[in-house]
Amino acid sequence: MKTSKRFKINEDRSLFPPKNKDGKIDVDLSSGKYLKLWHGPQHPGITGNMSLELTVLGDEVMDCETHVGYLHRGFEKLMERRKYIQCFPIVCRVAVPEPDFNEYCFASGLEELAGIEVPEAAQWLRTLVLEMARLQSFLMWIGGQSGAFGMGVIGQWSIYLRDLVLDRFEELTGGRIYHMYIIPGGVRGLLPDGFRKRMEETLKTIDTFMVDIDKVMFNNAVFKKRSVGMGYIDPEWIYQFGITGPNARAAGVPNDVRKDFPYLKYAELDFEPVVGKDSDIYTRADVRRRDLLLSVDLIRQIMARIPDEGDIKAPTPNVLHWKVPQGETYRRAECSRGEYGYYMVSDGSEYPRRINVRGPSYTHAVALLEKMIINTNISDVAGLMVSLHTYPPEIER
Amino acid sequence: MSKSELEKRTVMTPDGNPIEIDPLNDYFCDARPQVHKPASAIIEKFANWARSESLWVLGFGTGCGAIEMRPLMTPRFDAYRFGIQWRPTPRQSSVFVISGYLSVKTLKRVIRSYEQMQGPKFVIALGSCTINGGMYWDSYNTINRLDHYLPVDIYIAGCMPRPEAILAGFEKLKSLIREGKGEGANKYAMEFDWYKANQKKIIKDWDMPDYNW
Amino acid sequence: MTMKNNFEHIAQQFDITNVVAQRSDLTLLTVPSDKAASLITHLRDYEGYKHLVLLTAVDWIEQNQFQLTYLLSNPFKKVDVAVRTFIDREKAEITSIHHLWEQAATYQRELREMFGINFPGSPRVDKPFILEGWDQIPPYRRDFDTKKYSEETYFPRPGRETNDPREYMKKKLYPNED
Repeated sequence: MKTSKRFKINEDRSLFPPKNKDGKIDVDLSSGKYLKLWHGPQHPGITGNMSLELTVLGDEVMDCETHVGYLHRGFEKLMERRKYIQCFPIVCRVAVPEPDFNEYCFASGLEELAGIEVPEAAQWLRTLVLEMARLQSFLMWIGGQSGAFGMGVIGQWSIYLRDLVLDRFEELTGGRIYHMYIIPGGVRGLLPDGFRKRMEETLKTIDTFMVDIDKVMFNNAVFKKRSVGMGYIDPEWIYQFGITGPNARAAGVPNDVRKDFPYLKYAELDFEPVVGKDSDIYTRADVRRRDLLLSVDLIRQIMARIPDEGDIKAPTPNVLHWKVPQGETYRRAECSRGEYGYYMVSDGSEYPRRINVRGPSYTHAVALLEKMIINTNISDVAGLMVSLHTYPPEIER
Repeated sequence: MSKSELEKRTVMTPDGNPIEIDPLNDYFCDARPQVHKPASAIIEKFANWARSESLWVLGFGTGCGAIEMRPLMTPRFDAYRFGIQWRPTPRQSSVFVISGYLSVKTLKRVIRSYEQMQGPKFVIALGSCTINGGMYWDSYNTINRLDHYLPVDIYIAGCMPRPEAILAGFEKLKSLIREGKGEGANKYAMEFDWYKANQKKIIKDWDMPDYNW
Repeated sequence: MTMKNNFEHIAQQFDITNVVAQRSDLTLLTVPSDKAASLITHLRDYEGYKHLVLLTAVDWIEQNQFQLTYLLSNPFKKVDVAVRTFIDREKAEITSIHHLWEQAATYQRELREMFGINFPGSPRVDKPFILEGWDQIPPYRRDFDTKKYSEETYFPRPGRETNDPREYMKKKLYPNED
């Protein structure tokens, strides 16, 4: 097992205090030695609305129990009461900061069950929208990661850049956050006039700012001291916990859904998955930074190849009375956090039988976090949580 | 979060003496909220002007709308020039922005945070889910009408409202406060029993005192 | 065709009853519920399906059954397989697989709370996971009416109308017809 530069994680230190046969320590709260802290839902240091119940010995976390369910709306039950086309506005809101992946996986699962082929121009436009969604999610994450270590200015810059990308979204689809642009059969519209010019200006601005962020964040002594050697993910845990996305790639395992199970037009684009070597917080941040620059490059490649005219929607039956044939399927996509998937079951009627959403934070934020957070300092808990890039709405839907 | 920690029991202190504790009564104050009566008209007018120019928002992203609150504090939309800041604890804030739907689990924590805020305090309800349930109107875990559980001063419609819309909402709230109509906290104190009955109807495992102050 | 051949050598051993080739990289198998855990262990250790993608359940209330779906993925050959098994709806219980993957315990907690399916031995499976203070039947079952529960418990705002689109457009465009 690889040892880090600062201390050996989980090897010696996790033997003290001694554990009982369940793998937990015997905590006696009235002895005054242990303290139960709630890193609770109302806290500026968590990515969203979930809580951690920490048992602390002095300054160090000994035990952690995650509590989710603060954002549970019962999506999968609500979707059984709505027809397929009525589910589209509701499906965006499952993963709030990155909604396009929900629309894409749902639409492509529906098209597979019904046997509809999506035309060329629509596939290019869908690829563009998905890459833009990844870009703005990475930009928001940079603000979160640096803010968790006390550097608030970088958050102000990167959220401004994200606003520029949201302006492009608003031009293309009509909405800043929830787009509802991908519909069954294709997309809703072609590129507006002048979009290519404005997109190139936005990408140039992002390139200039990323040079600054590279200097201020990644060459910063404070950031390096706080993040190098911390939060180690062992490569043997990748399949035990179902870790996907930049968390797995930073540990050296090159799993990328866009390369392994190519969908849309990714087979025609030219890129390699971004891999890192030591899997600590700094490497994960670096992998995401390089993934961001890869997204910018991919958007430039896609913009050069989008046709200016063509069919954007394949003919579908009347969506209000559409009986989808019986079947089961699973579609996946690579979002900025990992593998995002929709498992859909249809029983031949107008309403879906069962739709299950598999978000990457389901395993990252519940089982993996409880394992990784042992023996960290309380002040590093927020940095560790943000480095796993979890969004709580997709855990409990 | 187990209920056995809230019962009356005898514990041994670290220096060896047994004492009897009753957590719900000992650690919380059991007075009801009071109605704030203004001192005099001139001072109240000045105080209302001061309150409206420094609205400090509690940092609790309860739902979807938290994603449009973050761009609000960046230089592009810049809420800081209006005196609006994010504060990490309820004791230091005066506005509670409920951003979107509330599940039953979150409502319990929201009530706790709201009651810990010091008056005069205001509630802004963002989005259409607080008005009539929005698109989760038939869900078994989200509430439909926020004003049955907390006194709302202003609603901002949208799904999600743009940052400019939120700033317009804050402007309206400021003009309401200056006119002396920001009476949410006093309404809560006067109709305390009705609000509590509504809250206890849907929060089935109530393990807090009646008023968390 | 090649997918069906890939599972023929174990079809006899594990009683695989139904093989559907959904796409070129996704196969759906059906096994009886007592052989499911051993088939999944065999797939993980000998066939290379190391990645557990999801574990979920579907409520077939007309046949009085739950269908459990274990979706496994082979990261080397880049193929998926979905193992489906049916259990009885009244006594919903099946062997747990938390010893194979540590993440399976989370999926099993959610299924216990939302459907009422028990996985004996799984860690923390009877503690509440997502809901708090829930005293009705498990909510994802099809005999739980969510609209009725929401109208009774959470005071809905009056004034909501629902129209059928065909009737509404007919009344609007042709008001004099009958």
